Amino acid sequence: MSTHLTEQAPYPRADVFPPSGSLFPHKHLLGTWNMDPTSIKFLLDIADRYVEQNRQAKKTTPICAGLTQINLFFENSTRTLMSFEIAGKRLGMDTISMSTGSSSIKKGETLLDTADTLNAMHPDALVVRHADSGAVKLLSEKMDCAVLNAGDGRSEHPTQALLDALTIRRRKGKIHGQTIVISGDIAHSRVARSNIYLLNAMGARVRLVAPPTLLPKDVDRLGVEVYHRMDEGLDGADVVMMLRLQQERMQGAFLPSLREYYRFWGLTSEKLSYAKDDVLVMHPGPMNRGVEIASDIADDLDRSAIREQVEMGVAVRMACLDVLTRHLREGSKT
Amino acid sequence: MIKAFINARLIDPATDLDIHGSLLVENERIQAFGANIDIPADADTVDCEGRILCPGLIDMRVHSVDVAAALAGGVTTVILQPDQTTIIDSDPIVERIRSRSVGSDTVSVYPMGAATQDLAGLQLAEIGQMKQSGAVAFTDCRKATSDSQVARRLMEYAGYFDALIVQFPEDKSLAADGVAHEGEVASRLGLEAIPSAAEAIQIDRDVRLSELTGTRLHFALVSSREGVEAIRAAKKRGAKVTCSTAPHYLHLNENAVEGYRTFAKVSPPLRAEEDRLALIEGLADGTIDTLVSDHDPRSVDVKRLPFGQAAPGVVGLETLLALSLSLVHSGKTNLMTILRSLTETPANLLGLDTGKLETGRYADLTIFDPEKPWVIDAEKLMSTAKNTPFDTLPVQGQVWKTIVGGKTLFTQET
Repeated sequence: MSTHLTEQAPYPRADVFPPSGSLFPHKHLLGTWNMDPTSIKFLLDIADRYVEQNRQAKKTTPICAGLTQINLFFENSTRTLMSFEIAGKRLGMDTISMSTGSSSIKKGETLLDTADTLNAMHPDALVVRHADSGAVKLLSEKMDCAVLNAGDGRSEHPTQALLDALTIRRRKGKIHGQTIVISGDIAHSRVARSNIYLLNAMGARVRLVAPPTLLPKDVDRLGVEVYHRMDEGLDGADVVMMLRLQQERMQGAFLPSLREYYRFWGLTSEKLSYAKDDVLVMHPGPMNRGVEIASDIADDLDRSAIREQVEMGVAVRMACLDVLTRHLREGSKT
Repeated sequence: MIKAFINARLIDPATDLDIHGSLLVENERIQAFGANIDIPADADTVDCEGRILCPGLIDMRVHSVDVAAALAGGVTTVILQPDQTTIIDSDPIVERIRSRSVGSDTVSVYPMGAATQDLAGLQLAEIGQMKQSGAVAFTDCRKATSDSQVARRLMEYAGYFDALIVQFPEDKSLAADGVAHEGEVASRLGLEAIPSAAEAIQIDRDVRLSELTGTRLHFALVSSREGVEAIRAAKKRGAKVTCSTAPHYLHLNENAVEGYRTFAKVSPPLRAEEDRLALIEGLADGTIDTLVSDHDPRSVDVKRLPFGQAAPGVVGLETLLALSLSLVHSGKTNLMTILRSLTETPANLLGLDTGKLETGRYADLTIFDPEKPWVIDAEKLMSTAKNTPFDTLPVQGQVWKTIVGGKTLFTQET
């Protein structure tokens, strides 16, 4: 029978909703730039269910049993790597992790050769962190399986943005309309970029507060309000996200000293008093206590969501691995 | 044997000649040309069918001698940059490069010598000896000579030999490890960026040094509005400075690196749209003197890498003329300006014996059809690598014949 449509045939209709078959119609998770609100909501809804699962005694649902997940980290990381590893294991995946020390990149192999090698081992999900912006996208162009960006250079860190969004949604009820302040080393931060794109997509009002040396050029064109003073930036804020300040920023003449940074941009109770009373304080970790955040705020369980963020991280990564491998598990919808 | 190119539109930017006529070549040299000249009966006649016949194109900045690509692009003379495997910083190397193209049927190659030893910007290279051996200018190529004292001495010393110094306009410490233009795109992609000011600052300093030493100075590649403005101001003051730009800066802006496209990674980086428009204006009003291809064949091995690690550079010899002509077709400038920037001006700057239509001059000629449409296809390029950001771009104006020393070395198949 010919599959060619004749004039008499009815209009073809998709027998699935949405027409693409998935509310997350992407092969990879490379970033939050241009991600649509439906896809984000879809991932967050699934992650919400995993949060409940992770709080039970039996945390593993082997829906991804038999699938292989490779965590390839070209840059040192403990928390993100652990989080991805636990997420994979809780879905029943065979999880293998590899860090720079043991990889052959040091022996001069190019990224695309590494991709070729990995491809031959037939993984089903590849989680990559790399020190160069755009490296994960380049790798994904060569890979057959789903590639998840666990941070590339200063470009993107999408799972961090998703877990931040989930934390905000659970604490505040919604993301839309919240005034969210991101403060710290914006210029060198992939977390800031992914968060800006995602929060903008979800209708939040994003403000950046940082010294001019730590803000990238033309950042206001990304749809954010830019402040340099903490009291102005924090005025009426619902959420404050602090970013980690790398100690080596003193070398490039970005800042004079940590002491001075803490004085003007460190989050203290006094500065936080400009924000709303029920302000939520977040930090992607690891924290520099007494540099970008005062200890009493970090440890204030009512306002600080820093521990919760780590918990959400596992759930969000489970959701991402789940969604990106669904096409391999046809019929076993969960 | 006399060769006659008849029924051609003869254009010579040096004399503003633009007539319909013929040109005769005898023994490698132009014997006669004009509207009504007698064609000897036994001449080997080529009917140009109304195509433009102009002096052979001179490309002032190539990083590799890519003969097939040059000839296919109508380029008869290439100026090789000193950043070769063996850096061109002494007279034997200059002689070796010159000897390869002298007396053989190939594109003419003139090297630029290193301005400082090892291109390191610390000690002067042997400018006098290299000049005698045939180096046409001196440059540190991809880096500016950043030490002001060294740059000053360099200009003073080169001035004695009347050697042209070519400076790369980019302040080293402001550029640092930058790979893209400092603007919205680089901020979003998270790439290390170079501000436009890095260019203007270098130009301003070197113009002062040129005025101090009285030496003429050429800027290798201008990419920004600030750069064009700095040169315009310097020329207005009467400084002896000139500059080049390349077609990719006239056609592309920072958006080309979207998606981390390393084929659009060039040095200096592609800048904002306002910079692109300012460059076109600068070319039209004569602030920018010459057009170069900055031809730099790079294999996929060094291009298919994360953006920060990938090598900069594009191939440009074959697309130089067509991309330049698009400014004529779009009415931004006129044909004579474009051809002058590719023939007479570089010949004058470098003291070459070509670049003009003149009886008795070496017959380096390019014949092209300014209207003919074609599509740039990376796979069909003759160059040794295919790293062009212009793949699949439709352009207008195609080289028909490239003639070096009276010999037709390239003919476009029609």
